[in-house]
Amino acid sequence: MTRGSAALELAHVTLRLGDGDAQVTALDDVTLDVTPGELVAVLGPSGSGKSSLLAVAGGLTRPDEGSVRVGGVDLATASRRELARYRREQVGFVFQSGNLIPALTAVDQLRFALRIAGRRADAAHTPELLLERVGMSARAGHRPHQLSGGERQRVGIARALVTRPSVLLVDEPTAALDRARSREIVALLAQETHEFGVATVMVTHDHDVIGACDRVLEMVDGKLGQVHAHS
Amino acid sequence: MFLGARELLFARGHFSLMGAVVALIALLVVLLSGLSTGLVNDGVSGLQRLPVTAFAFDDDTKTDSAFSRSVVSFDQVADWADQPGVAEAAPFGNALVNGSATGGDGRTVPVDLALFGVPAGSFLAPEPVEGNRLDDGDPAGIVISGTLADQGVRIGDTVVLDRIGTELTVVGTLAEQHTYGHVDVAYVPLATWQEVHAGAGPGDPLREEARSEATAVALLAEDGAQLDPAAGDDAAGTRTLTLEESFGASPGYTAETSTLNLIEGFLYVISALVIGAFFTVWTINRRHELAVIRAMGGTAGYLVRDTVAQAAVVLVLATAVGVLAGLGLGALLAGSSMPFALEAAPVATAAALLVLLGLLGAAAAAVRIARIDPLTALGGQR
Ligand SMILES: Nc1ncnc2c1ncn2[C@@H]1O[C@H](COP(=O)(O)OP(=O)(O)O)[C@@H](O)[C@H]1O
Ligand SMILES: [Mg+2]
Repeated sequence: MTRGSAALELAHVTLRLGDGDAQVTALDDVTLDVTPGELVAVLGPSGSGKSSLLAVAGGLTRPDEGSVRVGGVDLATASRRELARYRREQVGFVFQSGNLIPALTAVDQLRFALRIAGRRADAAHTPELLLERVGMSARAGHRPHQLSGGERQRVGIARALVTRPSVLLVDEPTAALDRARSREIVALLAQETHEFGVATVMVTHDHDVIGACDRVLEMVDGKLGQVHAHS
Repeated sequence: MFLGARELLFARGHFSLMGAVVALIALLVVLLSGLSTGLVNDGVSGLQRLPVTAFAFDDDTKTDSAFSRSVVSFDQVADWADQPGVAEAAPFGNALVNGSATGGDGRTVPVDLALFGVPAGSFLAPEPVEGNRLDDGDPAGIVISGTLADQGVRIGDTVVLDRIGTELTVVGTLAEQHTYGHVDVAYVPLATWQEVHAGAGPGDPLREEARSEATAVALLAEDGAQLDPAAGDDAAGTRTLTLEESFGASPGYTAETSTLNLIEGFLYVISALVIGAFFTVWTINRRHELAVIRAMGGTAGYLVRDTVAQAAVVLVLATAVGVLAGLGLGALLAGSSMPFALEAAPVATAAALLVLLGLLGAAAAAVRIARIDPLTALGGQR
């Protein structure tokens, strides 16, 4: 993998949160390239900076130092408006426990995502077809409170992919799931990452689910590195 | 309104509750508006229907007692008639009297009357729908308000005034409601008014000056011309009030209308606050999902518009329900003895104001959406 082929490039990213005495370095000189079709898992304990990594990669916040390049554009110097547009057009988020919108049925979650992105679905990736891909066709008319945790995550994954993003950012997708369901969800993420050719970063503290991932990194105190032998 | 419409269905319990409050406020506003119009009609419809631009009262009368205290002379009427821009100037007499009306069947009913004394040949003399116009040759002939005719007083009936015993005869009736200070108007020839006003009954002597006195100078401006009240008042020694301003001289008018307007104003404010509070809570409840939508790239502008559109749907529906209920209830009240009259313009204005102020309240609450940090979408319930 050459550097030029990466869909998402973080170089020497530092992010400090809070002010004064309470200031913490959430990300400390983080460098990470993710290529299209690659699922990178980032393992780390709570508070190690995993969500911060996704926030920076997803254009939710700008880093204090370093650069975040997606499709040749540096998010570190983008305006708020440009960041929102980047999130609409290039990023798919999968949140902890789905974070679906309570009022919307499964299929409407996807339609709404398209609407926000200002996109029309292409024929091969309609909301209905995507729900079928994640095994949720039969539940298309159900609202989140009528779905199980695993089902919500499946809808969440379909919602993130329906806008055809180039970057998929996944925040602790298995936090609320049992072991078998967790493995299924990560396997689904891997399958769709390869199928859609999207650059995926999944952060988790769950060592059990990393088998399906193409690459596993570890985050400790805001520093990103190789996984140590013990895991 | 993709999200807003679906939320309306999903949270219909919440929205119905708020809608019910708005509908009740709309109902109340319609009833108040009807009461307001009814009271205005009862108070000043007799003045409203006069073809008059302004009244010139005696120089040092206060507005609230102008019609009962003011006395002007025919000289002052003549001074005003010479003013530029004045098409017509005539003496106008106003007096509240009690009496009793006796019909052909011998039945006698007590009546309270506002006597409007006008020269029979002047522009002030009204056109009856039935019977004859005022006639200076028939000083006892009066033309009465349609509302008095509705109470059974007929042409040919006799009205005897209490205490002084003046006998008047109904010669004509008017089509519409002509009331002043909540009592029915009866037009009388000015000469008769002058006697009644001076307290002179049949055969009583009358002061010489009383023959050339009236309450005020009634003025009609020329088409397209403006009266110059200051110049006219200087010349005639009067104080001019526009027709509208003169309503304040009708008994109780200012107190009634200002009380009702105050209540109505409070209702608008309450409605806007209720809706503002509802949408504030609604926004706070949804802040996590709103953060998710913002993280997905949804702009604050889009979400604010969606929320305001949602509010508009609830407001328009609820106001419509409340107004319809108000119109239904109003139709019942209008048939009763209450001063109640529904008119399209004030009801429409009230409904529009309710919707508009509600939208303002919702918009003020929705501004919060712009302060939601999309970053909070990540992680747990942080
Ligand atoms: N808004 C904030 N202000 C100050 N410190 C923060 C804020 N958000 C997170 N942090 C701190 O930054 C560090 C990294 O947080 P986070 O990226 O959420 O870690 P993780 O997702 O791995 O639990 C933690 O020490 C956390 O306490
Ligand atoms: Mg986290």
